[in-house]
Amino acid sequence: MALFDLSAEQQIAAVVAGETSSVELVAAHLARAERDEWNSFLAVDRERALSRAKEIDGLAVRPPLAGVPIAIKDALSTRDLVTTAGSKMLEGFRPIYTATCVARLEAAGAVIIGKTNMDEFAMGSSTENSAYGPTLNPWDITRVPGGSSGGSASCVAARQVPWSLGSDTGGSIRQPAALCGIVGMKPTYGAISRYGLIAFASSLDQVGPFARTVRDAALLLSHMVGRDPMDATSLEWTEPIRMPSATRLDGLRVGVIEELMGDGIDPGVRAACQSTIDMVEGLGGTVVPIALPHAGYGLATYYLIAPAEASANLARFDGIRYGHCAADADVLLEHYERTRAEGFGPEVKRRIMLGTFALSSGYYDAYYGQAQRVRTLIMRDFAQAFADVDVVASPTSPSTAFRLGERTADPLSMYLSDICTIPISLAGLPSLSIPCGLSDGLPVGLQLAGPAFSENRLLEVAHALELAIGFDHVPQGVGQ
Amino acid sequence: MIDDAITRHVARLARLGLTEDEIVRMQHELRAILEYVDQVQGLDLADIVPTTHAIPLTNVLREDLSTPSVPADLALREGPNVTADGFTVPRMG
Repeated sequence: MALFDLSAEQQIAAVVAGETSSVELVAAHLARAERDEWNSFLAVDRERALSRAKEIDGLAVRPPLAGVPIAIKDALSTRDLVTTAGSKMLEGFRPIYTATCVARLEAAGAVIIGKTNMDEFAMGSSTENSAYGPTLNPWDITRVPGGSSGGSASCVAARQVPWSLGSDTGGSIRQPAALCGIVGMKPTYGAISRYGLIAFASSLDQVGPFARTVRDAALLLSHMVGRDPMDATSLEWTEPIRMPSATRLDGLRVGVIEELMGDGIDPGVRAACQSTIDMVEGLGGTVVPIALPHAGYGLATYYLIAPAEASANLARFDGIRYGHCAADADVLLEHYERTRAEGFGPEVKRRIMLGTFALSSGYYDAYYGQAQRVRTLIMRDFAQAFADVDVVASPTSPSTAFRLGERTADPLSMYLSDICTIPISLAGLPSLSIPCGLSDGLPVGLQLAGPAFSENRLLEVAHALELAIGFDHVPQGVGQ
Repeated sequence: MIDDAITRHVARLARLGLTEDEIVRMQHELRAILEYVDQVQGLDLADIVPTTHAIPLTNVLREDLSTPSVPADLALREGPNVTADGFTVPRMG
């Protein structure tokens, strides 16, 4: 077995046992990251990674993550390492500080080998909105990896790294994890500091892990959660994230979201999810249907709230303190308008326009205000569901990976990719996607979600199901 | 409903220079998206309290301690047009 076939947990064990070193691990993954047939990476930093690995190998006391390599979504700031958020606006931008979550992983001994491709400013569901070309799905290079964290998903599926970080606003970790056949987790809103995450929609944005196993995702999460003085919305985390080990689901009540198992979900996706849900009873749990009466309003609500918040957050890109700057503008207003016209791509412009409209005088209450009220109803639906069940389950994405170019002409058809993930994001709940089978040779993801702060239980459930499913996460043709 | 004048007004509010082609395309796209999101208009939500954050926190304060801030040369490092002690901008008008 090659080093890059090992899970992160196995890689750490191999370093601890003296069978390999951080330098060997980093070099083996760098070779695959540099030969990047999938355009997973926007930047690979060989020198920095190897020198950090050498440092870790020389330490008397090995840090917990033992110098295992990781890739970071380009939405997360990394000091002196170019961070573009997939946008021309930030071409060549070198942040002057590192995101808290990344700094915590580095302190725990993770070695960053590169920054991954993404939809510009995390706006998209296919990574086709990157200013630097789309990422290709390792299972079928004519298809998208999902998005917006497409590069972070493809690099883990293609074994360029054992794990990575993404960010999820309306499904940007879970949906690409599903389309690439790996595990992706969005924790409770506030679990991980957003300091250094380039903001898209601040009331929804969350950082989270991608990995090939549930235990690896848990391990990465355990080193990131907790309060950070630099993010006032970050939460105290009293119960540490544990390594899951459950093989049974005795006494567990699983609610299947009725609204997300019917029309609008591809039959192959439904079948794979249903066959996994059918395993729950054999493992000792019970399954009941649950209703989320307002889930159907989720997408509309999201496409008011997220662009509104984005239009405010993206006001900072003014070509003065950093980033792209229009040449030779005579006056300030012209400078702003030209800088932003040149720096932003079409989807970002669309969302800034939509959000600015939704917040503008005379429309605010009818759009943004109304959406925030629907958000309350969606949260009530979940609270009601969790009175009867411990976790809820649904497909992660209504379809498997779609073809490149298939949905780019019609923004609304692209937005529909996130119909299963968005209600959970609006409610701020922890949720993860695990691969649960194939449909026509392409991976299908099962989405699980629980009440706020139920990460440990969710991970245990996902672990037991992962064992029962026995999904083979190696895409054909990627082994060489 | 979104028309040419509103599109131009919103683009100006957003400090976004759009070409004539983009104005036309944006109008159509925004109209289609708003038609879809208009479904939230039909709900009677008069008594519902809006949610701004899913996990509410109030009065998050830190200790009142002074800490070093970013040195000026580092803060200016990424600026496209800078002097020794500040960013330069075009005149107001």
